[in-house]
This record gives sequence, structure tokens and C-alpha cells, in this order.
Amino acid sequence: MAEPLRWAPPDDTRDLPTATVEKIRGAMRLSTVDTDALTLGLLPGMTLADARARIPELRVFDCDPHADQDWLERLCDGARRYTPMAALDPPHGLVLDITGCAHLFGGESELVDDALDRLAHSGMRVRHALGSTPEAAHALARFAAAPAPDEASALRRLPVAALRLEEESELALRRAGLKTVGDVASRPTATLAARFGAGAVDAVHRLLGKAAKPLDPRQVAAAISLERRFPEPVARTAYALAVLKELVIEAVGKLGERGQGGRRFTATFFRSDGMAFPLRVETSLPVRNPPAIMRLFRERIDSLSDPIDPGFGFDLVRLSVPVAEALGPTQLALKGGEERNTQGRIGEGSVSGLVDAINTRTGRRRILRLSPCDTHIPEQTQLALPAVEARTPAVWDAPEVGEPPLRPVHLFDPPQSIEVIAGVPEGPPVQFRWRRSLHQVSRYEGPERIAPEWWKAPDGALEGHGLTRDYYRVEDARGRRFWIFRNGLFGAETKNPNWFVHGLFA
Amino acid sequence: MRVNDSTSALDALRARIDRLGDGRDRRVSGSFSAGHPGLDAAIGGGVARGRLHEVFGAEPEDAGSASAFTLLLALLAKTPGETGQASPLLWLRTDDAMRRSGMPYGPGLADMGIDPAGIILAVMPDALALLRAAADALRCPALCAVVIECWGSPKVLDLTASRRLTLAAESAGTTALLLRMDAQPSPSTAETRWRIAAAPSAPLAANAPGHSSFDIDLLRRRAGPDGLAWRLEWKRDQRCFVEPPLSGAVVPVPAAGPAADGGALALGAAG
Repeated sequence: MAEPLRWAPPDDTRDLPTATVEKIRGAMRLSTVDTDALTLGLLPGMTLADARARIPELRVFDCDPHADQDWLERLCDGARRYTPMAALDPPHGLVLDITGCAHLFGGESELVDDALDRLAHSGMRVRHALGSTPEAAHALARFAAAPAPDEASALRRLPVAALRLEEESELALRRAGLKTVGDVASRPTATLAARFGAGAVDAVHRLLGKAAKPLDPRQVAAAISLERRFPEPVARTAYALAVLKELVIEAVGKLGERGQGGRRFTATFFRSDGMAFPLRVETSLPVRNPPAIMRLFRERIDSLSDPIDPGFGFDLVRLSVPVAEALGPTQLALKGGEERNTQGRIGEGSVSGLVDAINTRTGRRRILRLSPCDTHIPEQTQLALPAVEARTPAVWDAPEVGEPPLRPVHLFDPPQSIEVIAGVPEGPPVQFRWRRSLHQVSRYEGPERIAPEWWKAPDGALEGHGLTRDYYRVEDARGRRFWIFRNGLFGAETKNPNWFVHGLFA
Repeated sequence: MRVNDSTSALDALRARIDRLGDGRDRRVSGSFSAGHPGLDAAIGGGVARGRLHEVFGAEPEDAGSASAFTLLLALLAKTPGETGQASPLLWLRTDDAMRRSGMPYGPGLADMGIDPAGIILAVMPDALALLRAAADALRCPALCAVVIECWGSPKVLDLTASRRLTLAAESAGTTALLLRMDAQPSPSTAETRWRIAAAPSAPLAANAPGHSSFDIDLLRRRAGPDGLAWRLEWKRDQRCFVEPPLSGAVVPVPAAGPAADGGALALGAAG
């Protein structure tokens, strides 16, 4: 369990005191300081002008919480080499549940050394602590001062700040003379709860291990997870991919034993400096075909904006199958034939293969299938679902025989505003201007009145639920057919209803 | 008699020229009906499968008509008994197209007789990704057709790109329909090139807009006459195009040529 404090850029000025600043209450104030600055007497919350006056050589950077979070997440991904239960402890911490994992590295202290070593290589200053609960480790890493004979007494010596209470409760505890966790824990819980709230009691119990709060890992461990560790870091991506291929074949064997096929595969390349590159691919049908899976991984790598950088080499490759579904045993293909299974073909030439390839290359929001939705609101009657998920094609209502098309083939969402001239405010349009060109209405049908879904409003009120729309199918003098509507009933709902073009007919 | 002799001689010559080429049999994929005898006759019996066909929208406002015509061609490429799910249609668009002509709308497509469940929609960030996906998709024989919608005239869509699409289409026999909006025709290897505009429909009761009508221009055809024009109405229930029953506008049917025969035939059938 580690707390990465700060990192410094690798240049010759790295020994200078460093701080980040952000604008708080109208002044530039230090938000974080490094240990050098701390020893020189700078504290978070100090104005930048004061800090500069005291330490002229102070190096200052803008505070960037998003970059901090991003960096922490990447460290957390990298920490998954030690345990699948790696959780973020924002803003500056990671919590690893190493129960049952330490022996893989030769013991707890060896695991800690390995982790500290890697983090130190990437320029991090880290404080860590081992504890029997996540809260204990969190508190010990931040507040432990003097060594203690055992964990319980170390925890009891911690200041009340370790309880992570709100500022007021913490102040109240200190005012009451309760300076350490031990002081608080020695009081009867009933009086504690009555005076400082149930939160204080909970915090004490969790810290001392009397109550447990489950850890929320960043990623849930997959059912099938295979890994290969290298004694020496591997600097060639091609070799790492060859290893990945072996892992895929192994995973496919395991899937076969379970009668399953994988829907999602995640390959993670762990670099020796602690970084990890996760590659995720997804298929629309359960797959147990190593070449097809490898093809998707290669597709994914090709589509990366920056290729996988081995840096000083990969020392661990892991393949996990987070989502697997039932897939019957496959018949061995005849020579020259294509592999078939009960749920359709999975191969180079199949539609699902194509969908998976485009999905992998461009992302799941870019290859879609349309699915109907039971509502009258035009823009909500269809859902565009990712094609990898919408496997059973939807059933659409057949149109009525002899009717002309009543709905457009293209729908604008949001509708596009137009200027309309109508004979009377509640009447049909006579001409309208859309995208700077004027259209004379020669034929129209309507209005088709579509009211907002008042029955979905909590109190049946119409307010705030949109306006009633009057739709017209119109055809202009040149034969273009449009679907336009007037938003709001004239007089009853609005004084001056706006018009919109919502779709184009064929 | 003389005519038959000359056609057989012509066929023999064609076969010989095909053998001289790259060895691929270019006549194997066959064709499908464009839904109207006149159209079919003008393009040599039907729309060739496994080829590239270009459809130009006359103006950006004709986006609905042009894309519907293209999708109808793709619909006709399916054999009649086949369901939409068995061999879906891939519609490749760009973000730009989504912005300029809106989202394809399932209920409206169903109203045209096009099953939205048989459509896979892919929205690419730019024209390059679009062409790349199109070339991949055309190599997939399980698709009935690939509609490639491209707005404007991107630099990457040149003669080379069109040649690539043609080769990809030939390799698997998947028909490529390149829908170009807001663009001028440029040299390409397309088998046929059409220009589509919306046409005034035959009004229904109370002067309501009627069934979808199209002004169809055959701008170019690789092997045969071009410059023909039709005004046709789509009959969803019969899955075919017909001449509008009554139109005040002039229908520019050429006086001679195969289109005239086809048109007469259709009129005869209707009457």
C-alpha cells in the first residue's frame, strides 16, 4: 500500500524545492509541496508570493488534478502485477490487497521492495505501510511517526486526523482532548456516537479492524486469466506478441473445457518500469478461434495512435477473458473448409468478423445497429446500439399496405430550426427557409399531433416535459419532401411557436 | 439472322478479350434487376453484382432521395426470399454525413420497405477511415451490398481509390454502392453512374404528398449508351419502380433506345 507523494522531472534542477499552485479564493496558493519545500517551511495553502519571498529558487508548476488522476490510474494498472485487487485511493494513494499474493514474490517484504524499486525508478517518492485493513494501511502510511511494537499499538498512537473525519468533527475531538486514535477508541461508543456522530464510531471500528468495508478494485478479476513472466525484460514487441499468441491458445483451451467462448479479451503488457499497456478487444459472438482473436489484437495495435512502447522491456504479459459465454463444441473443419459452429460462422468472411474488426479499429460507438423503442417521441423511437452487442436483430413493424412513407429516412437530432411563413399561426406552412434556401410548400399533410409523454412525469404535469408538436409532411415545388413541426400549441402553450425541420423523406 | 451472327461474334470476341486480361472471370457474378424494366434494359439487363456503382445526389437537399435510392438498389440486390438478417447491408458514413443529413431513421426506412434490422451502420471519423473500412467490407461475401456515403470531394477519393474499391468488390462479388453527396462526378472505375433528385410526387387525397418519386439520370455506363433519364415512383409493396400514374411534368424518355422499349413495356403492363 503506497502513497506516491510527488514526482520530479528528470533534469539537473530536480533537487530544488518544488510545489504546485492553484488559484484558491482569488490568490495563487500552493496546493502541494515536495519534501524539500516542506523542510524549508513551505506549507500547502500558503500564497505563492509568500513562498517566493521565502524561497526564491522554488520551482512552481500548475496543479493539474486530471493528470494526477490519470497518472494514479496508470500506476494502479501497473500494480495489478502484484494482485488483482488494486484500488485507487484518491487523490494520492493506491491500496493493494496482497492477501494470498505475497508468497508469489517470496514474502511481504520482498513484494514491497519490488514495488518500491519500480516506483523509485520512475522518479516517485513513496511512503507505504502494511496493515490488516485498507484503512489501517492508509492511516499508517500517512501518519505513522515512531515505530511501534505491533500494528494495534501503532494505530492507537496515530493522531485523530487518521480517522478521515470531517474537519469539524476532527476539531471537536481535539477540543475534547482526544488527540490520538487510542484516546477515541477508549471512550464508550454510545457517548462517542451521541457527541460526534455515528461516522466517528464507524471510522474507529474500521481503522481498528472491528468492522470491514470491502475494497473496490479498479478492475474486477476475470474468470480466466493467464500470464507469462520473463526472467529478463523483453524489449521486442514482436516477441511479446508471440507470447500473447501462446497465451491465447492456452486460454482457448480453457474456454473449450468450460464449453464457453470469449466475448472480451484483455491483454496487458507490463513494462519493467511499472507501467502497463492494456489492450481490449471485443467480439460480437463468443469466439474460440486463436487466429481470429490474434487478428483483432493486431487490428487494435494498428489503430493505436502511439504504438506500444516497450521502453526498457516487458517483464510480464497477461491475458484475461473478462466476459465469456456458452459456446458448444466445434466440429473440426475439413481440409480447406471453414470452421463452423452452432451459432454461425466465425471467420474471415463472416459479417460478425467484419463487425469485430471495425469495432476494434474504430471503437464500439461507431458501428451500430438500429433497434426500435416503444414510444411516440420521434427521436426516441429508435436506439442505435453497438453492433457487437445487438446480436439478435430487432423486429420492426411492417408498414401498412398502400400508405406512402409517413416517417422520414433521415432524422435530425436535434431538429434544425427553420423560418416559416404560415397563413395563420396554427395553420399549415406556406413557405419556409432552411439552410438559407427558400422552399415553397406545394403539398402538405397534417398536422400529426405528438404530445409530450405527460404520463411519465412524476405528478402528471406537462410543465418542463417539452411542448406539443404539430408535424407536417410537406413537399416543396421541386419535389423534396420534408418532415417539419411547430413546437408548441399557439396560444395555449406558447405565444410564438418555433418551427423545425426534423427529417428528410425520400 | 445477320444480327444474331454479329452478336455471337461479339460474344466470342468479348470472351477472348477477357482471357487476355488478368485471368479473372468478370462475367461470373451476374446482375440483379434495378426494379424497372426500362432501367434494366438501359444498363444491359440489370445492375452488375460485384462492381462499383456511383450514385450522385443532385443537391444536398436531395440527401433523403439519393440515400433511399441507393438503399433500394441494395435491397434489390438481395434475392427476394432472403430475409434481411441473413445477408445484411453495411452502410458506411462519416461524421460529416451524420451532421449534414441526420441520422438514418428506422421507422422511415421500414416505410420504404427496407428492413432496418438488415442494416449495419458504421460511422467513420473521416474519408480515409471510410475507404479503408469499405475496402475491408467489400471483401466480406456475407454482405448483400456495401453503401459508402461520402459528402464533398475528399482528396483521398480519387481514381486509385475507386480502382481499389472495384477490385475489392470483384474479389468477393459484393456490390459496392458509392453515394456521393455535394460532389461533382470525377473520373472513376464505376460500372454505372447515376444522378438522383427528388421528383414531385403524385398527390394523394387532399393534395397530400404521395409515394416517393425520383428523377433518375444515368450519367455514365461503362459499356453502353448513357444520358438517359427517368421519373419513377417506388412501389414498396411490389418492390419495384413504376412510372408515376399521372404527372403534369414532362417525362424525358428518349425517343429511341432500350429505355423507350422498357418504358413502353412497363406502360403496357400497367395498362
